[in-house]
Amino acid sequence: MTFTTRVTRVVEENPKVRTIHFRHEKAGEARPGQFVMVWIPGVDEVPMSLSKAGRECAVTVGAIGDATSAMAGMKKGDVIGIRGPYGRPYSMTHRRILFVGGGTGIASIATAVEAHRKKRRSCTVALGARTKELIFFANRFKRAGAKVRITTDDGSMGEKRFVTDTVEEELRRGAFDAVYTCGPEKMMARVVDIANAARVEVEASLERHMRCGFGICGACTLDDGGERVCQEGPMFTGKELRKITEFGKYHRDASGRKVA
Amino acid sequence: MVNTSTTLAGLRLRSPTVLASGILDETGSAMHRAARSGAGAVVTKSIGAKPRVGYANPSCIELDGVGVLNAVGLPNPGVENVAQELWAAARGGVPVIASVFGGTPEEFSEVGGMMAGYGAQAIELNLSCPHAKGYGTEIGTDPALVTEVVRAVKQRVRLPVFAKLAPNVPDIAGLAKAAVAAGADGITAINTVKAMAIDVRAGRPILANRVGGLSGRAIKPVGLRAVYEIAQEVDAPIMGVGGVYTGEDALEYIMAGASAVQVGSAVMERGWDVFAKIDSELKALLDECGYPSVEAARRVAVTAK
Repeated sequence: MTFTTRVTRVVEENPKVRTIHFRHEKAGEARPGQFVMVWIPGVDEVPMSLSKAGRECAVTVGAIGDATSAMAGMKKGDVIGIRGPYGRPYSMTHRRILFVGGGTGIASIATAVEAHRKKRRSCTVALGARTKELIFFANRFKRAGAKVRITTDDGSMGEKRFVTDTVEEELRRGAFDAVYTCGPEKMMARVVDIANAARVEVEASLERHMRCGFGICGACTLDDGGERVCQEGPMFTGKELRKITEFGKYHRDASGRKVA
Repeated sequence: MVNTSTTLAGLRLRSPTVLASGILDETGSAMHRAARSGAGAVVTKSIGAKPRVGYANPSCIELDGVGVLNAVGLPNPGVENVAQELWAAARGGVPVIASVFGGTPEEFSEVGGMMAGYGAQAIELNLSCPHAKGYGTEIGTDPALVTEVVRAVKQRVRLPVFAKLAPNVPDIAGLAKAAVAAGADGITAINTVKAMAIDVRAGRPILANRVGGLSGRAIKPVGLRAVYEIAQEVDAPIMGVGGVYTGEDALEYIMAGASAVQVGSAVMERGWDVFAKIDSELKALLDECGYPSVEAARRVAVTAK
């Protein structure tokens, strides 16, 4: 039984963020927004969005916790476990999309932005993070032909404001069919509210503690409907999120206790 | 028309397909959804006296074509934090069976008593957890300990109590006999089969806990044999569990002596509707084989000449 592969290269996006490349037949077929379970042998296994799919795949991490720090330190040739891809991708049915990425959530929208631009469709990308060391892929999105707007909490890069302010501005100004977002849940909840108020469709990619990734362990189920983030999600539409009572409010820790 | 409703230990189930413990039952919302999807009853995640985060990941992986390997390590919020989850589960309108674990008979009865207080309609004793007093053994491998645990819980609650037995023992029917003699109203068999997986590139076991339990297709023959052996020794109702994916799997368990089946790993392949699907396949098969009910087909393989 093997699901491991080897790291083919590691790209330093900035001091804190690394993109780990590898080859994996199944993951290569992933659609934008799907995720894989990434095993760092001897450390942990965590769900991560694919920041690249195809002949070469990749995940992008900010060194935050034990697992991500261990991943950020990986070198070419290191063994890495990959299961998946799992979950429901972004629908990609809209023509004019505003992508909103917060922190490491930027990784989730990357392949979606590129797939969208491949179809020559207009797209604007709003990136937000605490500080410039957590912003990445800005040039990648520009190369793909997207309009990119950057915000940081401390003003070290782009505009000093919240990314949600940019979203409000863009939706007031622009004609968008949809907003696709991934990032901290409080940020996404605000983005969803703004989109709902502007009567623009919205898709958000959620994150929860996961054990299996394929829909049986129950760790990632949501209140009140019992949706599984790993199966019915991670992408949920604005309409669905209205029924997900815990969205933006709380999640459950590894023991199953509610945490705000 | 064939009727698949079934009664066991006084619990009336509209369908003999029960959500197995440890599957999509971490929250009341998920159990409620399983009930909405056709489960005849739901079993909670195993609940203990104190919150536990369980083992690190990898804790639950798929083994291609074989089944699911897990060592999640009994993560649970602790009995004091699950009242709301039980109430939410009860909205599904089907019996909620509380799975409980403990390191001592007293702990089992304490947790079982609290779960009964929250409105659980039956208790399922998870006897395959490590025994706190002696290391390296499971409570469910020792008939004397099984007897003690069942007695303690039966003294505490006025609900049907099912003893869930692990297959990793030489004489599972003997354990079932001990449980029933001590007052258990029913038996659930089997829990997962001790197993492991090794990754050759990493040169190490894949599960963080190294060893875990196997569920799914591969263990159906093991579960069937266990239920068949138990049915020869005890008259108490049995819930058959292990590799039930289809109506045919369910009927095999029924013919081996089960009154109901629990469904776990199959949810991965057949989705939330697995309960309704198995139930309708079972109805068609019972009809084809000339059995008007689950009860009519029960134990036919045991008594076959």
